[in-house]
Amino acid sequence: MADTLTTHGNGHAAHHGDYLEDPKGLASWLTTVDHKRIGLMYMWSVFFFFLVGGIFALLVRIELLTPKQTIMTAEMYNRVFTLHGAIMVFLVIIPAIPAALGNFALPLLLGAKDVAFPKLNLASLYVYWTGALMAVTTLALGGVDTGWTFYTPYSSTTGGGVTLMVLAAFVLGFSSIFTGVNFIATIHKLRAPGMGWFEMPLFCWGMYSTALIQILATPVLAITLLLLCMERVLSIGIFDPQLGGDPVLFQHFFWFYSHPAVYIMILPAFAVISEVIPTFSKKTIFGYKAIAFSSVAIALLGFLVWAHHMFTAGMSLFAGAIFSFITFFIAIPSAIKVFNWIATMWRGSISLEAPMLHAISFLLIFTIGGLTGLFLAALSTDVHLHDTYFVVSHFHYVMAGSNLIAFLAGIHYWWPKMFGRMYNKRLAAIGAALVFIGFNATFLPQFVLGSRGMPRRYYNYLPEFQSLHVASTIGSWILASGLFLIGAYLLASLRQPKGVAANPWGGRTLEWETDSPPTTHNFEGQPVLQHGPYDYRANPAPVGVEEHIH
Amino acid sequence: MSTATHTTSADHGHSPFLQHHFRDMDQQFNTAKIGMWLFLVTEILMFGGLFIGYGIMHANHPQAFLAAHHHLDRTLGAINTIVLLFSSFTMVMAIWAAQTSRKSLVILFLVITLLCAATFMGIKYSEYSHKFHEGLLPGKYYTHEGDTVPGQFLFFSFYFMMTGLHGIHVLLGMIVISWLIFRAVRGDFGPDYYGPLDITGLYWHLVDLIWIYLFPLMYLIS
Repeated sequence: MADTLTTHGNGHAAHHGDYLEDPKGLASWLTTVDHKRIGLMYMWSVFFFFLVGGIFALLVRIELLTPKQTIMTAEMYNRVFTLHGAIMVFLVIIPAIPAALGNFALPLLLGAKDVAFPKLNLASLYVYWTGALMAVTTLALGGVDTGWTFYTPYSSTTGGGVTLMVLAAFVLGFSSIFTGVNFIATIHKLRAPGMGWFEMPLFCWGMYSTALIQILATPVLAITLLLLCMERVLSIGIFDPQLGGDPVLFQHFFWFYSHPAVYIMILPAFAVISEVIPTFSKKTIFGYKAIAFSSVAIALLGFLVWAHHMFTAGMSLFAGAIFSFITFFIAIPSAIKVFNWIATMWRGSISLEAPMLHAISFLLIFTIGGLTGLFLAALSTDVHLHDTYFVVSHFHYVMAGSNLIAFLAGIHYWWPKMFGRMYNKRLAAIGAALVFIGFNATFLPQFVLGSRGMPRRYYNYLPEFQSLHVASTIGSWILASGLFLIGAYLLASLRQPKGVAANPWGGRTLEWETDSPPTTHNFEGQPVLQHGPYDYRANPAPVGVEEHIH
Repeated sequence: MSTATHTTSADHGHSPFLQHHFRDMDQQFNTAKIGMWLFLVTEILMFGGLFIGYGIMHANHPQAFLAAHHHLDRTLGAINTIVLLFSSFTMVMAIWAAQTSRKSLVILFLVITLLCAATFMGIKYSEYSHKFHEGLLPGKYYTHEGDTVPGQFLFFSFYFMMTGLHGIHVLLGMIVISWLIFRAVRGDFGPDYYGPLDITGLYWHLVDLIWIYLFPLMYLIS
């Protein structure tokens, strides 16, 4: 069935070239409104900043090899971990799946020609680049040493490029808002005829939930950062206790955005995994509605848990207990998803291709990350574990491990669709294994370190912690070698001629029914949905392609 | 729009304003409307942060806020409220005129809306320069002398942040309305195509609404 459609597409190749080639030239890329090209430009930008942030991470781990000064001073260490955090959060993790993969895949999955507001989409890319440039410029101004959380009163009094970095995060927020507005409008209005809300691929539900948080939370961060800038420039007094302000208010404002932002980072990961697992299990997703609604539930509950970052910052016991309870509660929709994915795999016909390997490694890493979150949700254990390596490890499991590995799963899943080329599958399997082993080797020792009292953000430590720190640093090298391997074979694949079939994985969603790579307008004519996204029955109804409505 | 575009559109049988990725004008209009409502949600949340900050600081320093607000001119604030409310009305009338094919009325109502916005900014300018003159400025730039209640600079920190951000929105609105006047003169709008008027109207009502909250909050503290 897919073959006939491919032929159909090729027959029209004279009208529309593939989107990578038609039209050619750098100018055509920089002025494009094609969601696929914008997605790719986001992807390369994210890869670049991932390399930069990753180098900072390796420097942090090398410094921590010995309890004394190893390669940098304490002040330098503060700047390096701050830049690692700020770059990874604002320039890599938040845009990785929604802006790069989402832009590429969402309209294809919906059977649309583009996102709702293509020019706004291009604007979001330029806003992102502007913010990125501002963030990098802070290096020339002496760097930033506040940590990525910019807590007052330190951030309102320390020198360096804090004002510029805060403005960079402010600007990057708008790029995120533009993407969110675009995705919600696209999903509401541009679904293919016949595609109801519950015939959408689950990736779209994940993107919808993410976009909800992007538009509801990001503006609050924007105004918080603006207030922080004003505090630095004008001393307006809102966060400075000497002027009658309240520094804890900054923490409330900041986490009111930044905790939902954690779900901006994890919901897209869920979205990718919900596509990969059924495709490589050749089985209908188990509990479609449960997965869809649990994403929305997480998006909404995510707004009610922010103060669990502040249990030790001064809060009534009653408020603490409520925030603790809701934090426990939010574990339920996350667990629902994990169980549904496992149930999808059960008795499926599983093929261990690279995307699936990453998906399985996601399930393990996310489960560890999620369960250790419960330790921190409990008031009494949190007082002990707060600001230790246990927290560092927990959020790396969730934000870095889960998001990054789901991003890799998505990259490997859609790479043949993006470029019409397949990567070396044997190397891909080795890469997936190295990333999984390296990640766990880096961060499992940090749980132990944290529970024994190793505080976060310190560049020196007691000698008895050294063996675990050495293990963690060696793990970071394994992780880095896996990532470099992946980067190398992905780039190498681009040297081959194009020649991947339209549907290399046997997927059932709409993007697999157009060419690899797709034409500029995605589909020849308007695709009409005639079967569900995960319909793997023996004789599914065929998909028809209507004649072009023009 | 060039004649060439019109010819092609005639071949395809749809409006010259239909973008390539929409099936029809209805889909395009509804999508734009959803987009604008979502944008307004982000605006409300952004101003919401300031309103909450204002509320908390007001609760912590009620005497300073009460004393500081006496420096504001209620009459000017009230006039600005009326001017902005009236401009919301003329904005709606412009949409109505487009829906009923009254081209010259579209232009007239848009020009009145723009003039109201300019009046608002003019009054705001005179209020600001008066405050600048007296040293009623935010944060460390507050130099007003003879205060009996300390901490009044906190009020002016919020006064300038909130009315300033609102003023930027009025200015952006004026740019968009000027562009709409240009398009209306060109004859773009009619019963089949008035989406830009409609969604700019939504934006303009929000700008109005925020001022309706700012006015009592700043000028009418008791």
